Amino acid sequence: MADVSVYGPIGAGLAAIGTGAAAIGVAIIFGNYLNGALRNPSAAAAQFTNAIIGAALAEGLGIFAFLIAILLYLKA
Amino acid sequence: MNPTEQFELQRIAPYFINGVDVSFTNASLYMLLAASAAIILTIFATSKRALVPGRGQALAEVLYEFVANTVRSTAGKEGMRFFPFVFTLFTFILMSNLIGLVPYTYSLSSQIVLTFAFAAFVLLLVILYGLYRHGFGFLRLFVPHGVPAPVLVILIPIEIISFLSRPVSLSVRLFANILAGHITLAVFGGLAVMLLGAGSWAALAPVPVLGVVVLYALELLVNCLQAFVFTVLTCVYLNDAIHPGH
Repeated sequence: MADVSVYGPIGAGLAAIGTGAAAIGVAIIFGNYLNGALRNPSAAAAQFTNAIIGAALAEGLGIFAFLIAILLYLKA
Repeated sequence: MNPTEQFELQRIAPYFINGVDVSFTNASLYMLLAASAAIILTIFATSKRALVPGRGQALAEVLYEFVANTVRSTAGKEGMRFFPFVFTLFTFILMSNLIGLVPYTYSLSSQIVLTFAFAAFVLLLVILYGLYRHGFGFLRLFVPHGVPAPVLVILIPIEIISFLSRPVSLSVRLFANILAGHITLAVFGGLAVMLLGAGSWAALAPVPVLGVVVLYALELLVNCLQAFVFTVLTCVYLNDAIHPGH
């Protein structure tokens, strides 16, 4: 019926779509940072740390999705 | 080809107390290695105390200034009393990440136990220091400024839940990043071996090896970045304890 060896890899593939969403999130953050940096280059260096923190937070959530994919794949 | 074989614990010196397994495992060995690497680095780098620093001393000064700037810019002057703790955290996580990148070693921060221990300790530190410093005014952290009362009823549980999910996200971020990187490296290495053993496909074997090289560079960046992000978020959470309320 609901066999983990059958539906596990399907679930793992679905969960890994979340990593694509994380890539979009990180790209939005850095895209906005570059946008602002090109308008105001002298203020860009001060905000680079914030950009890195924001990117790490966004990527962290995508890593959660990847983790679920790994767990399902290893279980199946 | 099992990519998760590299994360298995092996007992180096088995030792049981009343049936509880407290043997010296390879994880313990690498923890000692990471801690002693950090200690030896800082001791040897600062032993000369020259006014014009040599290379080793310059490295330690760069590390010190980097962490000190991070603490000062996120947590302010009063946050500097946490500087030894934050510096230790940063150096230990950085050393354990870098040691884990060497082939055939055991990567410490890919164990959720270790990262969750750190994250839970940071959470406890935030709560206890906030209560010690501000008493129950620390709970003002969950009540943002200028919010009407009906919204507050929904907002306070949301704030509390998001506060309690901080150690979870902190630990899982570091753990899953390192785990994913090492599994990917192992899978690519396995691909190279499988191609080499498949007869005429061996001509394609350099492609996964190139992939391993590129991924290794990415892993180096990600490991250092994740150590930095853990430290910065620790400083931000400590700032919440020192200056509660938005």
